Amino acid sequence: MANERYQLNKELAQMLKGGVIMDVTTPEQAKIAEAAGACAVMALERIPADIRAAGGVSRMSDPNMIKGIQEAVSIPVMAKCRIGHFVEAQVLEAIEIDYIDESEVLSPADNVYHIDKTKFKVPFVCGARDLGEALRRINEGASMIRTKGEPGTGDVVQAVTHMRMMNREIKRLVTMREDELFNEAKELQVPYELVKYVHDKGKLPVVNFAAGGVATPADAALMMQLGAEGVFVGSGIFKSGNPEKRANAIVKTVTNFTDAKMIAELSENLGEAMVGINEDEIQVLMAERGK
Amino acid sequence: MRIGVLALQGAFAEHIFVLKKLGIETVELRKKSNLDMSLDGLVLPGGESTTQGKLLRELGMYDTIKEWIQKGIPVFATCAGMILLAEDISNDERSYFRTLPVTVKRNAYGRQLGSFRCMEDFKGIGKIPMTFIRAPYIEDVGKDVEVMAEVDGNIVAVRYGKQLALSFHPELDDSRLIYEYFIEEIVNVNR
Repeated sequence: MANERYQLNKELAQMLKGGVIMDVTTPEQAKIAEAAGACAVMALERIPADIRAAGGVSRMSDPNMIKGIQEAVSIPVMAKCRIGHFVEAQVLEAIEIDYIDESEVLSPADNVYHIDKTKFKVPFVCGARDLGEALRRINEGASMIRTKGEPGTGDVVQAVTHMRMMNREIKRLVTMREDELFNEAKELQVPYELVKYVHDKGKLPVVNFAAGGVATPADAALMMQLGAEGVFVGSGIFKSGNPEKRANAIVKTVTNFTDAKMIAELSENLGEAMVGINEDEIQVLMAERGK
Repeated sequence: MRIGVLALQGAFAEHIFVLKKLGIETVELRKKSNLDMSLDGLVLPGGESTTQGKLLRELGMYDTIKEWIQKGIPVFATCAGMILLAEDISNDERSYFRTLPVTVKRNAYGRQLGSFRCMEDFKGIGKIPMTFIRAPYIEDVGKDVEVMAEVDGNIVAVRYGKQLALSFHPELDDSRLIYEYFIEEIVNVNR
């Protein structure tokens, strides 16, 4: 039964593929996101750029605020809990969230342990910088993976680095002799069965999205061409000059991510992109949280 | 035989995988220029109907595909695809092709915690696995709509002429029987 639930949760992620999941902080923003074609929304009190600006401890959002967003839209609603904070996850499950993001964007609640996600009925998405992190999260019960990137920066460089790293490591696993996989499982700190799956299939056992620093249609297409199956856009939309138009353009770009002519048209006159901070200008590297 | 698969958003790759296994040529339909060809059938996959419906219109594909369906192209629609075809959606003011005279309820089983799998009878095929992911069901059918499957008294599959619409996701299960039914009973009799 637990197995079947996990299967259904992986399958919901399959339904999100080819889509854009947008961070929203109010029911109004959620409606704008849905109207722009988002395939899901991430409900949170502050988007990553503002979390950076405000500093301090950032936690799960007010359940009442999340409920308001659930009532405002018909698409799946996701919400974040802190790494290792299984009670925040229990609360989100109690309000029937469609997906929990155990997220490095919030302040970690545990410096060692992630949540045992196999104990939950609702699905989890987790961030990863490389194959080892991805498989460890999957082993803990994550049914969807996203790159960590560097959230709230508008700088795509980390998302690119993480996606390339994951692709490279998957290819390396595929080319290995079968007798080398046992040691690889040890190196990656994951069960042999997961390593074997990647070796045989040449991909992760769950859907893999890009996240963390996507700000323009071209950024989104870049991540799709690098192999992402969909894109999370956090601060990039509602921190820009014309959120509605930018959201629309990114949704269409993700569908036609190889059509440079269309992306050119969609990139015209979008207004100001989020200002952005370079990776070396920031004080907190969120991607370092939870390995 | 060549089947077009609407590839705007959602689980289109899974349908393409199954059709290829059955030896059928497929094409992804992502933009208007992809529609300049003759197709023997059309697949409308699962995903988010709001996303797909919006892209259909804004990428200039809506009119052509609606005309194809009205002229009788065989259509195989799953989950969000069924919502795109439905004449009415009881809990949403949006509507799309409206070529299938049924009233559909979106997210009829609730949120993800309501998703489930079961084995049920499909008319003319027998028991098959059915996977429901935030699925819709049909509340009411119009004249000449044939009910193909019910689960707990709710209609989850219908056929209306050349349109076959399901609440569930055969592309996620190993059974190929519904695909074979679609190809043999709907596409091939057309040609």
